[in-house]
Order: sequence, then structure tokens, then C-alpha cells
Amino acid sequence: MKYDVRQLRLISNDRIADGIFDMRLEYGQDDLPVSCGQFAHVYVPGKTLRRPISVCDCSNGELRLVYQVKGEGTRIMSRMQPGGLADVLVPLGNGFDVQKGKKYCLIGGGIGVPPMLFTAKQCDSPLVITGFRDSSLVILQDDFKSAGAETALVTDNGTAGKKGFVTDVLRERIGEIDEVCACGPTPMLKAVADICREYGKPCQISLEERMACGIGACLVCAVKVRKNGEELMQHVCKNGPVFNAEEVVF
Amino acid sequence: MADLSVKVAGVSFDNPIIAASGTFGFGREYNEFYPLEKLGGISCKGITLKRRDGNPPPRIAETPSGILNAVGLQNPGVDVFIIDDLPWLKRQNTTVIANIAGNTVEEYCQMAEKLSETDVDMIELNISCPNVKSGGVQFGTSCESVGNITSEVRRRCKKPLIVKLSPNVTDIASIAQSAEANGADAISMINTLTGMRIDIGTRRPIIRNNTGGLSGAAVFPVAVRMVWQVSNAVKIPIIGMGGITTWEDAAEMLIAGASALQIGTVMFSDPYAPIKIAEGLNDFLDKNGIKSVTELTKTVIPW
Ligand SMILES: Cc1cc2nc3c(=O)[nH]c(=O)nc-3n(C[C@H](O)[C@H](O)[C@H](O)COP(=O)(O)OP(=O)(O)OC[C@H]3O[C@@H](n4cnc5c(N)ncnc54)[C@H](O)[C@@H]3O)c2cc1C
Ligand SMILES: Cc1cc2nc3c(=O)[nH]c(=O)nc-3n(C[C@H](O)[C@H](O)[C@H](O)COP(=O)(O)O)c2cc1C
Ligand code: FES
Repeated sequence: MKYDVRQLRLISNDRIADGIFDMRLEYGQDDLPVSCGQFAHVYVPGKTLRRPISVCDCSNGELRLVYQVKGEGTRIMSRMQPGGLADVLVPLGNGFDVQKGKKYCLIGGGIGVPPMLFTAKQCDSPLVITGFRDSSLVILQDDFKSAGAETALVTDNGTAGKKGFVTDVLRERIGEIDEVCACGPTPMLKAVADICREYGKPCQISLEERMACGIGACLVCAVKVRKNGEELMQHVCKNGPVFNAEEVVF
Repeated sequence: MADLSVKVAGVSFDNPIIAASGTFGFGREYNEFYPLEKLGGISCKGITLKRRDGNPPPRIAETPSGILNAVGLQNPGVDVFIIDDLPWLKRQNTTVIANIAGNTVEEYCQMAEKLSETDVDMIELNISCPNVKSGGVQFGTSCESVGNITSEVRRRCKKPLIVKLSPNVTDIASIAQSAEANGADAISMINTLTGMRIDIGTRRPIIRNNTGGLSGAAVFPVAVRMVWQVSNAVKIPIIGMGGITTWEDAAEMLIAGASALQIGTVMFSDPYAPIKIAEGLNDFLDKNGIKSVTELTKTVIPW
């Protein structure tokens, strides 16, 4: 059986920035076979649908989910108490395909930053570019540094790091990079994909879509892709969330 | 251990719990949670004559105790289903229902003919999909059109035929009677109720199709009422669905008049729900000294 719903003990659930929480779950002795860019589907008591949250980190018996309070579901999550059990369907989806020996640039925009941490840990000294609206939303900078990454921080208004966009840094540095992995708002992903195409660099992007089953059965999380010249609908939960940027029809 | 097996239109199910069409794909994904033989049967994702890509996303919105969906019948087409999915499904030791939808009556008939030559166990006529422009619900909202499509398909279909009804009608009992009079072997009900949600910030409907079909616990009382009304109006068996979430709901739906059940939306919060519901029903029967689940059907004592 490939899938299992796990009851994981909540170790902590701390606020780490304005409206952003860091949930740590204990998965026990056995290895959790998670790869970077995969996601967890979290049951929220009282809600009909689970909430998809990317794996931020998974090591030393701890699964880490970093999430922003957006609506009622994530608000309920933020009130879950340490010691209690969380009902989580994990790991799901296809993550980033990263190989040792390549120079990666990992790009995260806003709440798209968390999955890049586990990804950074699988790469050889990657360049991690993160962008946020302002300083109150900046997260995970120290974690990236401890993971051996070089970090470049930008904010829209310059209240932390440089003022500007992740794409400004990408343009400056793209010459030294073999491949790009990115997660964030769609306009950012599109801009990143355009730059990569211009410079002929492979680019993997992690997409979001509203989900129900999380495993490819209900077909609600559709994304249009182009394969061998033909457009077709694939599904973020099963074929993604990570796609080859060249194949996504924005 | 009570006897959970049921028969619908001569077709046997090991237990009355069937996965609802469209929530379970063609079974392969949920088979990675538990062997499909634990289910009484599967109603497959709705198929059409030719491949359909479905509606653009977003295709789903959450609602109080439910969801709205507008997938728009994305599927690979009946031929691909017959070649790629049906042989695998038939090896899973469960009863297989093909759910079909078309743009025209002729398309429904052609699909029924193709499927009649396969070893699919039953055919469910989906004349109640609210999320496609043509086909689907347009055939399901008047007695005349339901009667017409049922009799046309019946003439060319060699399999037991289920007609799946839409709740978006004024008098569901007379629609069911029309299906029965024109050769339906069973009724399944209810499909989703048309609904809408709007983002107050952008003033855009959350679903790209603007409207979608409501399912989940929110619709359960409506489904129970309709199953009860139809069970008073027809003699053919009813497969009841719409918001069944617990084994208690399952028992209630059987008592209202259903002979078997489909389970859909609850799977999205708990993939094991169908198994838990079957187990819960079994315990309920044992505790009450009821030997067979069939003894529950239509035992409501109305005031
Ligand atoms: C693969 C994937 C990975 C994600 N990873 C993260 C992450 O690491 N951290 C994080 O903070 N957020 C992440 N998200 C977004 C997160 O799922 C939504 O913010 C969350 O579901 C909102 O729920 P809510 O109840 O607070 O909001 P509401 O708006 O009340 O939710 C209503 C419904 O819409 C869905 N929904 C709303 N916004 C989104 C969205 N952006 N994407 C998908 N579904 C949405 C909800 O799941 C729910 O079903 C991810 C989404 C996907 C698809
Ligand atoms: C995502 C989704 C897709 C569906 N697709 C179909 C379909 O293809 N054919 C069909 O007859 N019904 C379809 N339905 C309706 C269900 O089979 C069922 O009638 C309805 O959801 C009520 O049951 P529930 O509340 O247990 O989900 C779909 C429902 C959902 C939620
Ligand atoms: S959420 Fe069901 S197919 Fe992706």
C-alpha cells in the first residue's frame, strides 16, 4: 500500500512571523519516505477538505510544515496544541528532481519559501533566493544558512534584504547556475520560467491548485500542460506539484 | 457477523457500500489505501464517447459541511476505459459500474452498446451532471426526456441499467416513475445540487465554471427525503447517496428506502470512510440481532 493516513504527535506549533506558523510533527522511528517538494494533506477537524501543505523539512524524526494563516482551515491548524495528534496524509505528489554535482538556484516567493528548505538540503551549496512583501514576513533565513546554502533576500519595499524582486537576483546570477527550482505566486513563477527560457536553463516549478482527494482520483486540481505539442489536463496532486516549467500552460 | 451482501437488479454486491462516481477515479489510487475488494462495488468516473478535458480550474470550493465541484466530466473516453481500466478493475474482485454521460441520446446509446460487449457489471446513466454545457442534466429534468433517453438506451443496452437522478427538479418521484416505466432496472440518487460561492474580495465566483454541484454532509437530509419519496413511488431498487458520512447515515439511508449506497465526498477527509461505514453497519446489525442488511431497506415508519 503506497498511501497511509498517519496520526502524528504535534511537537510544537509556533508563530515564526506575522501570521506564519511552524508545525513540527513527530513521525517516530521509521523513516518517512519523503522527497523534497512533496506535500502533506492535513486533516482539519470540522472541515470537509484537507489542507495541502508542502514539506518544509523532514529529518531526525521530525516532519516540519510551515504555513500561513489564510482562512478558517489554517486558522484552526494554528490553534492545534502540542501533545495532540494531527491526522496527516503524507508523502504525496512528485517533488523536485535534484542531483548532486549541479549548481542549483532555489527560488521561493512568500509562503512558497518553505519547500525550498528541504530541497536546499538535497543540493550541493545551492543559491537560495527568497522574496517577501516586507520584513514582517521573512522566514527561514538561518535554516537555509545552516543547510549550507548561499542566501539572497529581497523584499518588495526594502525593509529586509535588498529592495526588489527575486527575478532581479536571478538575472544577475544566472550565468553561474545549471538549473532553477521555484515555488511561489504564479506571476513570479511565470517570470522565473521566462528568464530560464531566455537563458536556456532547465526550470522546475511547484504549483498550487485547490484540492480534494490529494491522490489523483477526483480530478479537481487540474493544470493545463503541453506534452509533445498536445495540450492536456494533468493534476497538481499526482503529476505535480512540481512540473517542468516548459510544459506548463500559464 | 451479519450478512452484508445485497442484490441490485440481479447484480450481487458483497456489501452495500459502493464508491460514488467521480470521487474515486477508476479505483487505482484508493487501491493504494486498501484492496478494492473491501468495497461492495465501484461506480467509475463518468465517461463520455470521446475524451474530455473538463473545465478550467478552480474546480472546487469548500462550503459549510460540503463542497461544490465543477470537474466537467474530464475522462479519457469510453474506448480507453475499456482497454486500459476495465480489465484491471475486473481483477480487483469487486462489482464494477460504468457511469456514462453524453451530448446526445445517440452518444449514450453508442456507449451502452460498447459497454454491453465488455464484462462491466452494470451501467449507470448519468443524466444529472450539472457541470457540463450540453449533456448531463438537460436529459434529467423532465419526465419526457428521462423517459425518452431511458427507453432508447434500454433497447441497445444488454447490462442492468441504473438511471442516476438529479435533485435539481420539482418532482423527483414522477421522474423516477418515468425511468422505471421506460425500462430502468434501478435508480441511483442523488447527484449534486447546483450551488455557487463568490469571493467577496474579487467578486469572482470561486469556481471557474461560476456554479458547481454541492455534495457532502450538507446535502444528506435532502437526499434522505428524496430517496424516501422515490421509494414510495417505484418498485425498482434505489442506490442511495448524497452526504453519507457515518455508518449511522448509511443505516438511515437504507431505512429511508435504499437497497445499496454510494459514498463520495467523505472520502476526501477520510479515505477509509467506506470501510469504516461497512464495519459500523455490521456492528449495528449484530447488536440488534439483524441477520441481513437487506432487512433495513425501507423500514421507515412514517408518521
Ligand atoms: C501542493 C501545495 C502545497 C502548499 N504548501 C503550502 C505551504 O507550505 N505553506 C502554506 O502556507 N500554504 C501552502 N499551500 C497553500 C495552502 O494549501 C492554502 O493556503 C490553504 O489550503 C488555505 O486554507 P484555509 O482554510 O486557510 O483558506 P480558505 O480560503 O478558507 O480555504 C478554502 C478552500 O480553498 C483551498 N485553498 C485556498 N487557498 C488555496 C491555495 N493557495 N492552494 C490550494 N488550496 C487553497 C483550501 O484548501 C480549502 O479547501 C499549498 C498548496 C498546495 C496546493
Ligand atoms: C468531485 C466530484 C466528481 C463527481 N463526478 C461525477 C460523475 O462523473 N458522474 C456522476 O454521476 N456523479 C459525479 N459526482 C456526484 C457523486 O457521484 C454523488 O452523486 C454526489 O457527490 C453525492 O454524494 P456524496 O455527498 O457522498 O459525495 C461527482 C461528485 C464529486 C464530488
Ligand atoms: S485533489 Fe483529487 S485529483 Fe488532485
